[in-house]
Amino acid sequence: MLKVIDTAVPVACWSCSVAHNESTLFCPYCSKIQPPPGGDYFSVFGLEKRLNLDLAALEHEFHRLSRKVHPDHFARALDNERQWSLADTALLNDAYRTLKDPLHRTEYLLKIEGAEIGEEFSGKDRKDPSRVPADLLEEVFELNMQLEEMRMARKMGETDPELQAGLEQAKRKFVVLLEDVDQDLRKQWQVWDDGDAATRKKADKTMVALLDRRRYLSNLVRDVTETLGA
Amino acid sequence: MAEGRVIGIDLGTTNSLVAYMEGDAPVVIPGVDGSNLVPSVVALDPMPEGSRPTVTVGNSARKALIETPERVIYSVKRLMGRGLEEIQTELKMFPFRLADDVEAGEVPRIQLGELRFTPPEISAYILRQLKRNAERFFGAPVTQAVITVPAYFNDAQRQATKDAGRMAGLDVLRLVNEPTAAALAYGLDRSKAGTIAVYDLGGGTFDISILKLRDGIFEVQSTNGDTHLGGDDIDNLLLTIALDEIYAEHGVDLRAHPSAVQALRKAAIEAKIRLSSEPTASFNIELPNGDRYQREIPRDVFELLIEPVLKRTAGPCKQALSDAGVTPEQIDEVVLVGGSSRIPAVRKLVDELFHLSARGKKPHIELNPDEVVALGAAVQADILAGSSTSTEEMLLLDVTPLSLGIEALGGTVARIIQRNSTIPASATEHFTTGVDGQTNVAIHVVQGERELAADCRSLARFDLKGIPPMSAGMPRIEVRFLIDADGILQVSAREQRSGLAAEIEVKPTYGLTDEQVESMILDSFDHAEDDFAKRLLIEARLEAESILDKVDGAHQTPAWAQLPGEEQAAIRAAQSHLASVKAGTDMAAIRNATLALDQATHHLAELMMDAAVSSALRGKTMDTAGDQLDEAVTAPHAMAPAEFK
Repeated sequence: MLKVIDTAVPVACWSCSVAHNESTLFCPYCSKIQPPPGGDYFSVFGLEKRLNLDLAALEHEFHRLSRKVHPDHFARALDNERQWSLADTALLNDAYRTLKDPLHRTEYLLKIEGAEIGEEFSGKDRKDPSRVPADLLEEVFELNMQLEEMRMARKMGETDPELQAGLEQAKRKFVVLLEDVDQDLRKQWQVWDDGDAATRKKADKTMVALLDRRRYLSNLVRDVTETLGA
Repeated sequence: MAEGRVIGIDLGTTNSLVAYMEGDAPVVIPGVDGSNLVPSVVALDPMPEGSRPTVTVGNSARKALIETPERVIYSVKRLMGRGLEEIQTELKMFPFRLADDVEAGEVPRIQLGELRFTPPEISAYILRQLKRNAERFFGAPVTQAVITVPAYFNDAQRQATKDAGRMAGLDVLRLVNEPTAAALAYGLDRSKAGTIAVYDLGGGTFDISILKLRDGIFEVQSTNGDTHLGGDDIDNLLLTIALDEIYAEHGVDLRAHPSAVQALRKAAIEAKIRLSSEPTASFNIELPNGDRYQREIPRDVFELLIEPVLKRTAGPCKQALSDAGVTPEQIDEVVLVGGSSRIPAVRKLVDELFHLSARGKKPHIELNPDEVVALGAAVQADILAGSSTSTEEMLLLDVTPLSLGIEALGGTVARIIQRNSTIPASATEHFTTGVDGQTNVAIHVVQGERELAADCRSLARFDLKGIPPMSAGMPRIEVRFLIDADGILQVSAREQRSGLAAEIEVKPTYGLTDEQVESMILDSFDHAEDDFAKRLLIEARLEAESILDKVDGAHQTPAWAQLPGEEQAAIRAAQSHLASVKAGTDMAAIRNATLALDQATHHLAELMMDAAVSSALRGKTMDTAGDQLDEAVTAPHAMAPAEFK
């Protein structure tokens, strides 16, 4: 079930000994499979760091590379080639899974850019005012009251149509806010992709804040949905 | 091909099969009795003092189920990779017994006659039989295989299956998920693009998988299921009701006689099967006290009865659709797999779940639902062998069914690999120490979707050792978790500041150590390829002798007298032919003569089986019934006895 895998990266090809660029799954000279390259997820697909991606092209490239590195093609290969095929395919799958999802992609890019993705608004105690986005303080306070009332009513086996309607309305409102955040995020992608180093640094900060706000809002929506559905 | 063939094996709860690629079509390899299905039943042969233990697998083991139930085990797949407590719950439904000396933390062993076996050992006997069937068929040794597992199998269940392969002398090149294998078998004929759902209700497990098919790439989007839901549950339901009624109406507790219970179970299975094609089925059984238990079961009553069992498949289907991000309307094709998918009520439920007839669609049932998984395993075996053009464009990208997590502070789970991630998949986590000079860090890895580690399935506890003593929080230990293409976890670790590879000590929560597996390898004889031809010849002779003995014995039974004269003559002719070629060295001639005798005696075997069933039911249950009745026979079931006519 468990063994130690050696992920050390040699610079020269293990098979033909010709030195090669680290970011390659196959030796450009002898075509043999190589240990997982050291670059980021974008470089696995030969891409520059970007936030707007052509998903159809990404999927196509994912399939093309899968056909080459998948362990299915190394079932009867040498032990080391089998291990590297496994590690390379894991890297390819991890990279595809991260890049195809816009939020994971944004978080990943911010992480490799060294931006601190804060946990500013996360944490269990969302009632703590310092953890609530300032502009939402009043509404969140109101919502938490309603949620509490609803849970109490549920416990007593009562139904309160007015409360129900109020919560549904609040939910719609927060969903709209969530969509606004997504729209703002998409704008920042463009800013980042087109910008120079300084612009990007600024966009990093904006996106970190947007992601925090988004996480807060989506937890809120989830709570309301759960309470309504209970 | 220097490395020999790779076979595809469906190791099922009820039946197992072996298949291979013949040209560009997968084909099931029949056993010596000519049947494609090998019942997943293992019987320990009687052991006279000092003799070596031998086992019987398949149809002949199933016959022993009625005669010597305490030496027979079936449905062992339900016990694979499970801990003591889980097995105890499971065994309530079955007549097997745990060995008395089983200790917590070790792989439980089942008592079979005078011996004890772990579930992987029992499975290894089934696998060895399939391996031998393939070797007999090819006339050459077979050492590499693909084995299918339920998609929803967890790490321990997968590892147990791989261990069983190794014990049987097989190099298991890949574990393939059963629904995905079925999709591969169908995908051979249709190279079009689309989204397909595979609904697989087998003997003991249920799986649902949603796949996207394009350019020969089978990309699983999501999978869900229940590893304890299948035809077995329906059989047990019918059996419980019959036992209940027999006790209520005739005052007989059949449970006092395992043989009688097995005979009744057989009748329940037959009734279930009949109800898939007939509007009604009935029990008509003579009881030990001379009464008859007669009961008609109309299909609508049967359907009402099994509704709760079938309904349990709906939740996983909905979850799989939602995880794949598709609506039922976006499913282009539905493939039905598993013997239980023959039940009309199951087909109706699937139709409703995927809005099929509303869209003018029908589920795919063209391939035999009992064989399609093995056929798919053969396709995957061919892909891995890399030797044929018919599968070179095909690639299967499967997913892990369950999230992988680490127990965090307060017993909560930090998820590191989400369910439905394409495998192989990996995650890297960093750990540090909490106390100055600490040199060990313990990590608890769990699998499952629940918030608390205690509610998830414990996989293993790792002890990272040999961390250089530093101030608390200084060491930075990088641990890499990798789920391989079989869906099995591998872990590696490194202390980054010192650059040392940290030493990992692993305590799998359930499972055998390498040394234990090694010691359970069935017999080294199987590996000696030089002796292969000799072994085949010896086996052929043994089989010939065994069937000759059985047929000789059968001449004395009442069943023989029931045979028409020409059948008796045909059997005698086949017997004397086999007896004359048996001593020779022509292996094929012995095989053919054995097969001919086996076929000539099919009718006789049926008559004998029927006789065994009725004598088991007529057994002396009355004497012992009273001892058992302090424990209520009744198990909860949906239908009051009065509802039956």
